[in-house]
Amino acid sequence: MSARDRILAKLRGARPAEPLPRPDPAPHYAARARNESKAEALTRFRAAIEGFHADVHVTTEADWPALLARLCADKGVGTLLFGAQTPAGRRLEPATFAGTTLRPWAGQVEDIKADLFHRVDAGFTQTRGAIAETGSLILWSSADEPRTLSLVPPIHFALLDAAHIHPTFYDALVSENWAAGLPTNALLISGPSKTADIQQTLAYGAHGPKELIVLVINAEGDLQ
Amino acid sequence: MSAQANTTGKDAGQPIAFVSAQALRARMHDAVNDPHLRTSFRGAMDFLMAKRAAQFPDADELDSLRSLSESIRQYSLSKLPDLLEQLEANLTRNGVQVHWAETPEEANAIMLGIAQRHQAKLIVKGKSMVSEEIEFNHAMETAGVGALESDMGEYIVQLAGEKPSHIIMPAIHQTKQQIAKLFAEHIPGVDYTDNVDALIQIGRRVLREKFEVADIGLSGVNFAVAETGTLCLVENEGNGRMCTTVPKVHIAITGIEKVVEKLEHVAPLFSILTRSATGQAVSTYFNMISGPRRGEDKDGPEEVHLVLLDNGRSQAYADEQLRKTLQCIRCGACMNHCPVYTRIGGHAYGTTYPGPIGKIVSPHMMGLEQTHLLPTASSLCGACGEVCPVKIPIPELLIRLRGEANSEPHAKPAMRGQGAGHSTLVSFVWRMWARVHARPGSYRAFSWLATRFRAFTPTRQGGWTAARTPLQPAPRRLRDMVKDRR
Repeated sequence: MSARDRILAKLRGARPAEPLPRPDPAPHYAARARNESKAEALTRFRAAIEGFHADVHVTTEADWPALLARLCADKGVGTLLFGAQTPAGRRLEPATFAGTTLRPWAGQVEDIKADLFHRVDAGFTQTRGAIAETGSLILWSSADEPRTLSLVPPIHFALLDAAHIHPTFYDALVSENWAAGLPTNALLISGPSKTADIQQTLAYGAHGPKELIVLVINAEGDLQ
Repeated sequence: MSAQANTTGKDAGQPIAFVSAQALRARMHDAVNDPHLRTSFRGAMDFLMAKRAAQFPDADELDSLRSLSESIRQYSLSKLPDLLEQLEANLTRNGVQVHWAETPEEANAIMLGIAQRHQAKLIVKGKSMVSEEIEFNHAMETAGVGALESDMGEYIVQLAGEKPSHIIMPAIHQTKQQIAKLFAEHIPGVDYTDNVDALIQIGRRVLREKFEVADIGLSGVNFAVAETGTLCLVENEGNGRMCTTVPKVHIAITGIEKVVEKLEHVAPLFSILTRSATGQAVSTYFNMISGPRRGEDKDGPEEVHLVLLDNGRSQAYADEQLRKTLQCIRCGACMNHCPVYTRIGGHAYGTTYPGPIGKIVSPHMMGLEQTHLLPTASSLCGACGEVCPVKIPIPELLIRLRGEANSEPHAKPAMRGQGAGHSTLVSFVWRMWARVHARPGSYRAFSWLATRFRAFTPTRQGGWTAARTPLQPAPRRLRDMVKDRR
């Protein structure tokens, strides 16, 4: 008998004859639904993620590439790593990025590991959406935008469409039926990396990005 | 020990062993008499309690979320063997290799086997209390494989040659001056600085080099989702993502109780976990891993392993009341609110898991022989049960464990080490006490004698008189005083 069989046999011998009824989280969330407009959701998202030290810039579908170029220049980003095959990635043109080298992700991580850790100043990713309640970005890793793109470079630029802001994490994963198929890595990101492990003193830039900069495409116009 | 792991500053052959819980009283005495330790824990716990309270301004919402979270954990446990099989099937389908271990030794052997197959020299670790529970670092280093903690708090504790004193904030007992000294002593080229930002940047620099070259990343698991075959990790620093993403092999280890059935069950548990633990609305990262690098993926580990550890959990599972212990989501709120933990800190308990949750879970892992005093380290004030996000009745379980520890050993014990604290003398005294009080005549005679011979009461009454005046029977019995009034 294997350890697996012995553990399962012990549990089988002891479990209740009938499982308990399956809890449904829906009523808890329905009772607290805000029925907010997209504009209100964006305001709430923005306040929450700014509370976690992220920078938020509201922009438009037409203007965001120029804004990204300007922010890269302001931050002194020498090399920006991005996924060239995504809809957003295709909008980035080297001509608009004065002083910043656009580097499309190419090959396996092993091929570019040293550069990724030592020479890339910022990573740019799209997002799948966001969560208003907690100020969280939703990222699903893909072949075009691998896991480390939002993790290793010191600055993470993230592009968010305000139309995809969900009220809660629960609403996001239920309305989009995540259970039907998750990518190998799905993430919620709420601010730059941080720690309070030394005397409960909050410090940013622990092991992940030191800065998180969110560009929000707001079709309903600039609210701020 | 490998060259890479030298930053730990530990001797390879030196296990970081805890003293037995038998020495609990002496350790507690020392801790209570350490004003520095008491001040730092008092301050930290007050801070954490205030932060948690600020996250729950709406009592109805808290109540509803706690009930929901409790029911999700109880439901998951009611189907535990089925969910573990479903989890295994879906993880396997996703390309994750699942291993089962009954004991810490088995778990370490499985992971050492993986390390040796890959000729690994360095394992970088995300925060995992289960890895502490099985003394993973020691097992690896004994076999010549470096195991380096990368959570800032765990890294500090490892440099100091200590164990975590809190399950969420491992280095809560260290001041920034102590950490500054540690860094200056152990990290080449680092001068003393007690600037917290500077210290964190030093840690970041040292550990980034390790993420880049490590052969294996190890992590714990906060929730394992059966229906999707997903491992969920909660963290702020990004080291958990580094450990699970950059090295070619990722090994996750978790207790068998951490599984939930539905992905939608994770949302409320995640929310109540971070709010209860550190008073954060959400952690910086919530990392959902559903497999190794696959298809067109450009990064991520090539192998992902999950080790499912029993280590006494199935014993707790077998008893309906004790099973509630396994509802725990390891937030640490019970220790933050515990008057005993606040006064003695985490190390005095002598167990991997300190505080109220440690007192109810450790006896299953270590047996009552070593832990029978633990459940007595409580005033039963009830704060732990009141703040528990999944409503574990911790005070009731402490009373139950006191009973298991001190009752006469019998043939069908619910726990390993049942009766370990049993004393024939104490049990005889209580039997006589019960007999005297059960009969009016004997009680009358006893109380009459007690008032007449009160002068003979001993003036030194053990622990009681260490800080209080001795107890003495009253000169007259209540019944006599009532009789006089008539």
